[in-house]
Amino acid sequence: MSDTQNTVLSIRNLTIDLPEGGDRPHAVENLNLDVKRNEIVCIVGESGSGKSITSFTTMGLLPRVLKPSQGEVLFEGTDVLKLSDRQHSKLRGNRMAMIFQEPMSALNPCYTVGDQIEEVFATHSSMSKSERRARTIKLLDEVHLPEPERIYHSFPHQLSGGQRQRIVIAIALAMDPALLIADEPTTALDVTTQSQILSLFKQLKETHSAGIMFVTHDFDVVAEIADRVVVMQKGLVVEQGTADEVLNRPKHPYTRQLIDAVPRRTREAPPSIEGNEVVMKVVALEKTFHTARTLFAPARTVKAVQDVNLEIRKGETLGIVGESGSGKSTLVRCLIRLTDIDDGAVWIGGKEFSRIPRGQLHDWRKKIQIIFQDPYGSLNPRRTIGDQLVEGPVNFGVPRKVAMQKARELLRIVRMEQDALHRYPNQFSGGQRQRICIARALMVEPEILIADESVSALDVSVQKEVLNLLAEIKEEMGLTMLFITHDLRVAAQVSDNIVVMNKGQIVERGNSDQVFSNPQNEYTKKLLAAMPGQGWEVPDIAALERAGA
Amino acid sequence: MVRFILTKLVMAAMVALTVSIISFGLVYMAGDPAIALAGETATDEEIAVIREQYGFDRPIPVQYLDWLGNAVRGDFGISYYYNMPVSDMIFSRLGTTVTLGLCAISFALLISLPMGVLSAIKPNSLLDRVAVFIAVVGEAIPSFWFGLLLIVLFSINLGWLPASGSDSWQSFIMPTIVLGYYATPALMRLTRAGMIDVLSSDYIRTAKAKGLRPRKVLFKHALRNAVIPVVSLAAVQMGFMLGGSIVTETVFALHGAGFLAWQSISRNDLSTMQALILIFSMFYIVFTFLADVLNAWLDPRLRSG
Repeated sequence: MSDTQNTVLSIRNLTIDLPEGGDRPHAVENLNLDVKRNEIVCIVGESGSGKSITSFTTMGLLPRVLKPSQGEVLFEGTDVLKLSDRQHSKLRGNRMAMIFQEPMSALNPCYTVGDQIEEVFATHSSMSKSERRARTIKLLDEVHLPEPERIYHSFPHQLSGGQRQRIVIAIALAMDPALLIADEPTTALDVTTQSQILSLFKQLKETHSAGIMFVTHDFDVVAEIADRVVVMQKGLVVEQGTADEVLNRPKHPYTRQLIDAVPRRTREAPPSIEGNEVVMKVVALEKTFHTARTLFAPARTVKAVQDVNLEIRKGETLGIVGESGSGKSTLVRCLIRLTDIDDGAVWIGGKEFSRIPRGQLHDWRKKIQIIFQDPYGSLNPRRTIGDQLVEGPVNFGVPRKVAMQKARELLRIVRMEQDALHRYPNQFSGGQRQRICIARALMVEPEILIADESVSALDVSVQKEVLNLLAEIKEEMGLTMLFITHDLRVAAQVSDNIVVMNKGQIVERGNSDQVFSNPQNEYTKKLLAAMPGQGWEVPDIAALERAGA
Repeated sequence: MVRFILTKLVMAAMVALTVSIISFGLVYMAGDPAIALAGETATDEEIAVIREQYGFDRPIPVQYLDWLGNAVRGDFGISYYYNMPVSDMIFSRLGTTVTLGLCAISFALLISLPMGVLSAIKPNSLLDRVAVFIAVVGEAIPSFWFGLLLIVLFSINLGWLPASGSDSWQSFIMPTIVLGYYATPALMRLTRAGMIDVLSSDYIRTAKAKGLRPRKVLFKHALRNAVIPVVSLAAVQMGFMLGGSIVTETVFALHGAGFLAWQSISRNDLSTMQALILIFSMFYIVFTFLADVLNAWLDPRLRSG
């Protein structure tokens, strides 16, 4: 087979215009890229880089307001930009297929998953009903779903996120497409599920001899599966090459910046916090959720937090790591008394915080502050940043003028301009908003700061920036921090000590290096083994730059 | 699904029982019914006679059970005002009201579903604007005024349709339009909003990515999801039309149950009021039950609730 026959997708000089008034004239500019058979090409870039637009253009799913103005998208030799919608839809789901980011909402809740897979056969082939069914069952087996017969009759809401993503993959694989486009297919999944899906992709590359275009923002994922890498920034391809070249010897400053932001595998030993006073102590904390018994359904109980014991010393950063459903968020809610605890106690600074009467709680709230996951949802869109910053201290009796002064000071600390005080949240990016949220939490001078997945929603380079900022502020203000995350690498990078939670219990605890390099618990070992990019040692960008490469 | 239907049935029965207690209790909330019946000038003896005659002297639970037992068999007692069996009065008129209600809700759905869907496919298009215009007018025009306009045009000027009565199917055309138009705006808006929401959802994108034709994406994948809240609203509207079509019935001199309700309220005819409240409430309960079952059939996630 010659090289051209091997090329499934060849994008040439593609430019897509953005509607007037955007932050730049083109969503994608002069893009060139190839995807060959049996090859995984990763497109990497941060949000807004144009990577998703590229995949939607190829699939013909671009929103109407966006129009390719130049170039061609050659799929098996045909320019799909010249196809009518009807012709394009004959290729979709048939010769080219796509897998999306959000498995929870990618399937129609009203139909069984078997029905939704079969529909692809019904659309693109003349198979009989029984043949379609047999093929569907076979596909379910191929994407490693247990009991294909049972899954066939299941509705999406009866399946987990990972299982749903396998269904979406099965839909994509049904007609044995030549091109598979995956848009952040593992971003919404837990690390162990991600690892299984990624190995499924590696397998598919061989068994289906398809070309795979894999869009991601995560360099660890790239290191795990990519044959070739395309790096995009603001609609432009800034670098492309083999995985080895791009990951280990990045040339473009932007690629270097992105790789430099990848959390390190190791870190230097933190200053000792041994002997510092204990600021927060959690004793045998229990929280169980009950659904009330009704006439028709028996009561159900979920043990969200079981027998959790913790000690946090002044100046310490304690990482709490766990997958979704591990109970880490419930634990946080119990600690700050957003939820009442069933049993046990939370001590803060020698006072039993969990038993303070509701009426007196107000004064104690300022000792402990929290930064949430979603920087978009946690600021009121209709009030100025200044208003939202001073609200806390004013609430505690600080005169507004003094509070405003403090707000200015904090904006400086989180490296924001003073005029942000008079602006509204929608005028800021996700990273800026998260910095505002940090400032907001610090306004009442808390002793303990809780960061609940506070960097998970951010791009890697922004994530690094926010993490550095948190570390600096912590140092400067002598804060104690609880860092809740699902990402082991991020936890290891920022924490002195780590606890790993699984099914509401702490299964492992120790200092970061210890947990990381010598895990004792089976679950922790499983989590660590599931982390993508194991074989990749992140290059020392500073050294590369010194060498002038 | 069977379990779901049984659960809902039991719940509907319990609601029905509660409603029956309330509608029975209404008689006593309005004061001593014997005094009300006897009139302002009645002597104590006269009141006592009436009390005994109508059985008001028995313990209230006994009266309730007696009344409920009869009601289940379709016997609502004698109208205090007309002095004839309440059930005869109601059932002779209920046919008119039910016919009108069913016609009107069908008319409303036939207008609002297609227009809601079409305007959601192309928001801000000419058709969308026309739909919004129809909806706004529908909300703004009072039913009686719209009814009179229709009578002036079709009965008086053109002479096509009868202006009043309920003798032929032609008599129902204008009332259907008036009552149906009243329910149309809300149903249309809900369909439109639901469709817009569903069409931008991830699973519609998945359906398109499968290469399905637009028609199939629209009807198989989008409409089924979008129509669920519309079903619930239509059930409530239907109940409302049966009980609240007084204005329309009056304008077109359709002597239905709505008209009877209005009469019995103004004449303090307690036993008729009791019976009508019970029957109208039962309609609500039945339609809500049917809507719940239909929605559970549409969306499997609702079946476990």
